[in-house]
Amino acid sequence: MNAIKEALKNVSDLWSLMVGLKVTGRYFREPQRTVRYPWKALSNTDTYKGHLELVGGMKDPFKPRCISCGMCALACPSNCLTVVKRKAPKPTPEEEKALAEAKERGEKPKDKTPKDPEKFIYDFSLCSLCGTCMENCPAGALQFSGNIYMAGYSRNDFLFDLVVKMRESEAASPAEPAAAPAATSEA
Amino acid sequence: MPAEFIRILIGLVAVAVSVGLIGLVMVWVERKVAGHIQRRPGPYEVGPNGVLQPLADALKLVGKQLFMPDGADPILYWLAPVLSFIPVLLLFLPLPVGDGLMALDINLGLLLILAFAGLTVLSLLLGGWASNTKYCLLGAARAVAQSVAYEIPLLLSVLAVSFVAGSLNLAEVVKGQGTWPWNWNIMTQPLAFLIYIVSALGETNRAPFDLPEAESELTAGFHTEYSGMGFGLFFLAEYANMVVVCSVATALFLGGWQGPVLPGPVWFVLKVSLLMLLMVFFRWTYPRVRFDQLLTINWKWLMPLAVLNLLATSFFVKLAQFTEVRW
Repeated sequence: MNAIKEALKNVSDLWSLMVGLKVTGRYFREPQRTVRYPWKALSNTDTYKGHLELVGGMKDPFKPRCISCGMCALACPSNCLTVVKRKAPKPTPEEEKALAEAKERGEKPKDKTPKDPEKFIYDFSLCSLCGTCMENCPAGALQFSGNIYMAGYSRNDFLFDLVVKMRESEAASPAEPAAAPAATSEA
Repeated sequence: MPAEFIRILIGLVAVAVSVGLIGLVMVWVERKVAGHIQRRPGPYEVGPNGVLQPLADALKLVGKQLFMPDGADPILYWLAPVLSFIPVLLLFLPLPVGDGLMALDINLGLLLILAFAGLTVLSLLLGGWASNTKYCLLGAARAVAQSVAYEIPLLLSVLAVSFVAGSLNLAEVVKGQGTWPWNWNIMTQPLAFLIYIVSALGETNRAPFDLPEAESELTAGFHTEYSGMGFGLFFLAEYANMVVVCSVATALFLGGWQGPVLPGPVWFVLKVSLLMLLMVFFRWTYPRVRFDQLLTINWKWLMPLAVLNLLATSFFVKLAQFTEVRW
């Protein structure tokens, strides 16, 4: 009795084949979900998390907000960040004199060293995009870029200095702060 | 007999041309259907809607270097693709495309097709064996076990129809059917049609029974090592085999060239292409079966059903002869 039941179940299960055909048939008729890339580009890339980039300052959008504290490099699990601090500018003779006077008076001298980094070396080939650097940044100076079209021919193409990259983006877009994508896109 | 000879010659040329053309069209259709089922456009860049893509692929295949792995048997290795393609040309000869439109009008046409279709297995075996590689050998072993098994229900289901028609000539079988769908053999032999389609899928190594070439397990199965036109011939032979099994199904079950309004050959081509499209849809719908499942389907289901169907058919045919009832 059970054997017959099982056999009949096998036959009735054949209906699932029809269901499968129905599903693929429906997909066949429905519009495509892909975009023909070289001719059209995607528009919904706002949520894309690309490589790291420096955030510009409040006044000058092309001067990094970074204070070169090095917390990001310390927090990075992949060791892909290297922050090079700027050296203090050589004090002029008058400044040196003022400094000595201040020291005599027992005052703490004011640090004139610019806070933004000289170099911010970032190895994208090591980065796992975990975002720990952003979480640990006290100045909020790091963010993910929306650059989805990044490609390179060698590993070295992914080793960049974010300060240089920021300067390049300044040169690329003199007027508007946000560069419009080259290819217009469909919804 | 020169007239017959010329007829066969013309038929062979027409078949060779149409096989090439069908190969090109089917590659395009297959990739396009696959693309649309997966909600992407498929080939798009070469020619309008990518129709010239198969031509570009064919050119690439022809231009590629022919490779042979170390330790392969050079004679058998190069014999296999040729051997898979040559009998296919022969399979087209007894197919009735229209009334009287067949290259070889013999009364054993069906037998000829079934006999030479069996040669495909040999070429797969040779190709897999001669390559001297594990994937090829596994693919060949699967191909043999599968094709040998699926040939039996295929034969039995075909036999049931020819019992009713009383002939092994495909043209005679078609003439025994009527113009309208309810006059076709599929109405009297629905089970045989189902068995035929399933075993035809197994016989042509199409998904879901594409175990001999299972991409995900054996890279490409028996033709893993073939490059250029060596692979191209296997590929063409596969599509040509598809056309043959669909044509035989059309002639046996779907009334062949018979149909209202339109001329015969148009109906034939229309029915064959519909069946081909169905096979393509099967490929992109169903997952590949496991090998034990494959053989279970065959030996535990198709074979007993085909035998029962054949017995019942022969019983009713005899009954009809005794009682002089035409049905």
